[in-house]
Amino acid sequence: MKPHERLSAAIRKGAAGGEPAIVAFLTAGFPEAKKFREHLTAVAAGADVVEIGVPFTDPMADGMTIQRSSQAALKQGVSLRWILAELGAMQRPAAPLVLMSYLNPLLQYGYERLAADAAAVGVCGFIVPDLPFDEGDDLRAALRMAGVALVQMVTPVTMPERLARVCAASEGFVYAVTMTGTTGKSVEVPDSVLEYLARVRAASPVPVCAGFGIRSAAQARDLRGTVEGAVVGSALVEVLERGEDPTAWLRALRGG
Amino acid sequence: MNANVKFTPEEQQRLLDAELAGKFPDARGRFGPYGGRYVPETLIPALERLEAGMREHLPREDFQRELAGQLESWVGRPTALSYAPRLSAAWGAEVWFKREDLAHTGAHKINNALGQALLAQRLGAKRIVAETGAGQHGVASAAACARLGLPCTVYMGAIDMERQAPNVGRMRLMGATVVPVTGGDQTLRSAIDEALRDWVSDPNGTFYLLGSAVGPHPYPVLVRELQSVIGREARTQYLKRQGRLPDAVFACVGGGSNAIGMFHPFVADREVAIIGVEAGGRGTGLGQNAASLSYGWPGVLQGCYSLLLQDENGQIHETDSISAGLDYPGVGPEHALLLSAGRVQYESATDDEALAALQECATLEGILPALETAHALHGAKRWAARNPGRQLLLCMSGRGDKDMPTLQRTLLADQGGAR
Repeated sequence: MKPHERLSAAIRKGAAGGEPAIVAFLTAGFPEAKKFREHLTAVAAGADVVEIGVPFTDPMADGMTIQRSSQAALKQGVSLRWILAELGAMQRPAAPLVLMSYLNPLLQYGYERLAADAAAVGVCGFIVPDLPFDEGDDLRAALRMAGVALVQMVTPVTMPERLARVCAASEGFVYAVTMTGTTGKSVEVPDSVLEYLARVRAASPVPVCAGFGIRSAAQARDLRGTVEGAVVGSALVEVLERGEDPTAWLRALRGG
Repeated sequence: MNANVKFTPEEQQRLLDAELAGKFPDARGRFGPYGGRYVPETLIPALERLEAGMREHLPREDFQRELAGQLESWVGRPTALSYAPRLSAAWGAEVWFKREDLAHTGAHKINNALGQALLAQRLGAKRIVAETGAGQHGVASAAACARLGLPCTVYMGAIDMERQAPNVGRMRLMGATVVPVTGGDQTLRSAIDEALRDWVSDPNGTFYLLGSAVGPHPYPVLVRELQSVIGREARTQYLKRQGRLPDAVFACVGGGSNAIGMFHPFVADREVAIIGVEAGGRGTGLGQNAASLSYGWPGVLQGCYSLLLQDENGQIHETDSISAGLDYPGVGPEHALLLSAGRVQYESATDDEALAALQECATLEGILPALETAHALHGAKRWAARNPGRQLLLCMSGRGDKDMPTLQRTLLADQGGAR
């Protein structure tokens, strides 16, 4: 199975019982770089897919929590190179890994080398919040050579014709932003959002995961039957920041 | 020339030919390799609407009539072209200023702020957000919004709020909400990040009034079109006064809005040298300056592919300049193109050089320039020393009243305080 197929399969498997699969986010090296491997293992134990945030100086699509965690990680010297080295040196979890990065760190690393190095350490996909579909051809082509997914994002304001095009090109899963806004704010899941998610799901050949603002079991439950997965970001970063057990928190989110 | 930017003479010629033929930005918002639209999906529909709105309204006669009317009766255009006799004598060259410091609110920023606010009004925007570094774009946005009755929120780095305190008060008096940005480096870059976040939260009702020729397409071309009034007027005025064009044209470059406005109408005049002057800060090392065209290499920041001050991991580097308006690690994509095409020469002036130039201009010409502009003055002085008797035209992009807190701490402190 190619890496992007492993990613889709893990989400489908996680959603097999009806509840959405959990895609859990952590900022690499936050709160402590030396605990990255431990945190990654603990998060993976409670999730179907782990999204690892590559810190960037200008995270323009992220709210305060991820801005703060990114800055703290950068201060400890965390970089894309460091993350790939850590992944290469550790006993990697069974859950597929996805890297979330703004474009510039990837661009400076070099796309072809990135695709090969990432695939070699078990990375199945990339999420790039400042790379809209139209600018993604070069990175998409490079990743495809290594079978690694470029996960596309869609939003409630994405026009139907564009939605169809973006979903058709997405690999691994489609990341459906549930609100217009930056990450980290709490939202209900109103009917209009469920209708939008159903539209995305109808347009997408790969699983759909909803993200931005999911922090409670009730919200995850609302998504049942509508999408295959839920991305949990800022709320989990805060759990790690408080020094709580991420595995238990993720299990409660799923079971609650 | 920046050693990180390598183009063969043939490639340079091709880029320049395309620029002169008006082919940039292309359909993808590119100026050759630079530019583009690197933003979250959420902003794509808003940028598409902005681009369509720009193409529909900007060329329309009624829009142009309204803009021209406001520029004349409210901004005070055309701004003067001034001969600088004592600086000319001191430098040994003929020195002329295009006086954007005389425009309403004290800088060229009003040309763009007014134009975009008029466009926002036509596009049905309910509120305006803007970022500001030196505070000049914030003041211009606040003024234009007050004039048109639009609510305005300005994001400003906490460090800039301190060093440009007079402008914060001006914005508030004109009814704008000024929001301090405490994240990131607390200067212009963080303010843009925060304004983008605000816009991402409400892309339908909010209009982002971006103040420099940076950011995602169509901002670089929109800002250029609105600022080109500087160069068009200056070129006409100069021809009328002198019966010829100047030998060289100067402007300071941060994001590059006054510079692109000044330069663009002169790009086709091959006999005119064009020189942009960046902030050289305290030195040439990474982190000591804000001279991305001199020392940067290509990357993506805040929506566009251009030259950036960054490290080998692609992290954007903090910059250093005495001038808040130039303190930015990127630069407009059209400047990156003009550098790559070999048409414009970019150099830098240090903090100390800018301060000395400001002092000299104030003493000899009775004009207190903005610290940003003072960088261009130093570049012009350097050129004059190598080109005695020649004629130069400089964009006096803004006045220096806003810099009094910094000048109290520097030039005036050296002279025994403000007494």
